[in-house]
Amino acid sequence: MSIQRLFIANRGEIAVRIVRAAKSLGIHTIQAHSEADAEMLAVRMADEAVCIGPAQAAKSYLNVYAVVKAAKDAGADAVHPGYGFLAESPRFARAVTEAGMIFVGPSADTIQSMGDKVSARQAADTAGVPVVPGSDGRIDDMDEAAEIADRIGYPVMIKASAGGGGRGIRIAENAEELAKFAPQARQEAQAAFGDGGIYIEKVIREPRHIEVQILGDGTRAVHCFERECSLQRRRQKVWEEAPAFDLPEGTREAMCNSAVDLAEAVEYCGAGTVEYLYDPRADRFYFIEMNTRIQVEHPVTEMITGLDLVALMIRVCGGEALPITQDQIKLNGHAIEVRLNAEDPLKKFMPFPGVVGTLSLPESDGIRVDHFLYEGYQIPPFYDSLIGKLIVHADTREDAIDKMATALDTLEISGLKTTIPLHKALAKSPEVRAGRIHTQWLEPWLDAGNLTSGTGGAS
Amino acid sequence: MADIQSPVPGTFYQRPSPEDAAFKSEGDAVAVGDTIGLVEVMKSFIEVQAEAAGTFAGYSVENEAAVSAGDVLATLK
Repeated sequence: MSIQRLFIANRGEIAVRIVRAAKSLGIHTIQAHSEADAEMLAVRMADEAVCIGPAQAAKSYLNVYAVVKAAKDAGADAVHPGYGFLAESPRFARAVTEAGMIFVGPSADTIQSMGDKVSARQAADTAGVPVVPGSDGRIDDMDEAAEIADRIGYPVMIKASAGGGGRGIRIAENAEELAKFAPQARQEAQAAFGDGGIYIEKVIREPRHIEVQILGDGTRAVHCFERECSLQRRRQKVWEEAPAFDLPEGTREAMCNSAVDLAEAVEYCGAGTVEYLYDPRADRFYFIEMNTRIQVEHPVTEMITGLDLVALMIRVCGGEALPITQDQIKLNGHAIEVRLNAEDPLKKFMPFPGVVGTLSLPESDGIRVDHFLYEGYQIPPFYDSLIGKLIVHADTREDAIDKMATALDTLEISGLKTTIPLHKALAKSPEVRAGRIHTQWLEPWLDAGNLTSGTGGAS
Repeated sequence: MADIQSPVPGTFYQRPSPEDAAFKSEGDAVAVGDTIGLVEVMKSFIEVQAEAAGTFAGYSVENEAAVSAGDVLATLK
C-alpha cells in the first residue's frame, strides 16, 4: 500500500524538504503548523495546512493527541515526523499506527529499543558492532574494577550506575588513581543516589564523531557511506562532511558494514543513522547510538551518493522494497554542510529571531541551500534557531572547503544575525583544512578568541 | 511606577522552574539587577532583570505567555 496523503508533523527547513520529496513522488501533502507558524514556507508550499495548536511546542508539535487527531481528521494515510519533536517518540509512532496510519520511520519497538542506552548497546553488541569497552554493567568489587581496567586499558572513566548527566564522573589515568578514585565515586554515588554501584568505561581521547547513514525496508538494509560530524558546540553539530576524511578504507568498510548488520538485526525500516566514536590514534571505532530518524545533515550524504533519502524513506515506509542494492550506491567526491542558525556568534550565540531582509542565496552546480526563509518572514522565537543549511559538493575535500568559503561570501541573509561568520572563520582555519579536529576541538577554539569580526569576515 | 519590559521575544516564565515559586510576589522589594522572570527564546533562557529598584506590583502577563520584545512583563510601584 503506497502513501497517498502525507501529513508532515514538523516545521522549518525539514518540513520544506519533506513537502518537496513527497511532491516529487506525486503524494498529496498536508502540513501541520502551530498558531505561530501559519506563515511558514512549508505551509505555503503544501497542498493543505492544518493548525495543530498554540505557539508553544508542548501544546502543538509535541502534543501526540493533537497531532494524531489532526492527521486523522485531514484524511492522511501516513505521518512524517521529520527530526526533533516527536520523531523518536515510540508513543507517537504507536499512536499513529494505532490510528490506522503509516509512521514514516521504523516501528515503535525499534525506536524504543534504540532510544534506551542499555538496550541499544546490547543490540549493537549482539549484532557484532563494537561498543566502548567497559564493565558491561555495575561493579561493586574493587578488585574486579582493577581487573577490568587492566583489560580495557587506561585511562578509564568511573561513573555512578544510578546517576546520569555526567555527575560524579572521574577519570583514572592508572591503577593507583583507580584505587583512589573508585571508592570515592562509590561513596559519592551512595550519598547522591542511595546506590553505590559504579561502572567503568574506556576513555577515548580527542575522538572524532563519524556516523553511517543506513536505509532499510524491514528486511534488507544498505549503507550510504559515512559522515564526519566532529565540529560540535555544546554537543550540537555545526559543520558536517561526507565522507569522513583520512579514514582508512578498511575501517570505512567495517564501520559501514557493521551499521548495516545492526539495521538488519533490528529489522529497520526507513532512514537511520548509526553513530560512532572514532579513535584516530588507534584506528578503532565504537558504537554510540542509533538515531531512528532522518537527520539534519542528511544532504551531505545525498550530495555524494545522488540519492534522495527523504523520498526513499517515504517509499520504503509505504511498503516498497528497497529499490537499490549496495553495489549501486557509489561515493562521489566530497560534500560539506554548515548549519545556519539565527544566533549572534560574536555575542555568545545569543538567539536572534528577527525579520528576514534581503535574501541572496548562492546558486551554482554543487551548491544547495535547504531553508525556510523568504524576504519579510518573521522568524518565530519559539523554536530551534536553525534557519537553514548551506551544502557544497566538489571533487575533493580541499575543493569543497574552497567552494564553501566562496559560497559563504556570496550568501546574504540581511535583517538577522546568523552563524555565517563562524563558518567563514572555520573555512579559513588551517586546522580544519588539515583535519586536525575532534569533538572537543571547537569550544576551546572559540574560547581562545579565534572567532572575531575580523576572522569571521563580517562586513 | 516602572515597567519591566521583555528584552527579547519568546515565552515568558514567572518561575525558575515549574516546581518553584514565582521570582517575585506583590509587595516584594526589588533591587536593580534582580531577576523577575525568564524568557525562552529559541530554546535559550534569558533572565529578565529589573533596571530600577522599587516594590513589586505584579506580573503583567501570565506564566508561559507568548511575548514580543518590549512587552511589559511586570510593574514596580
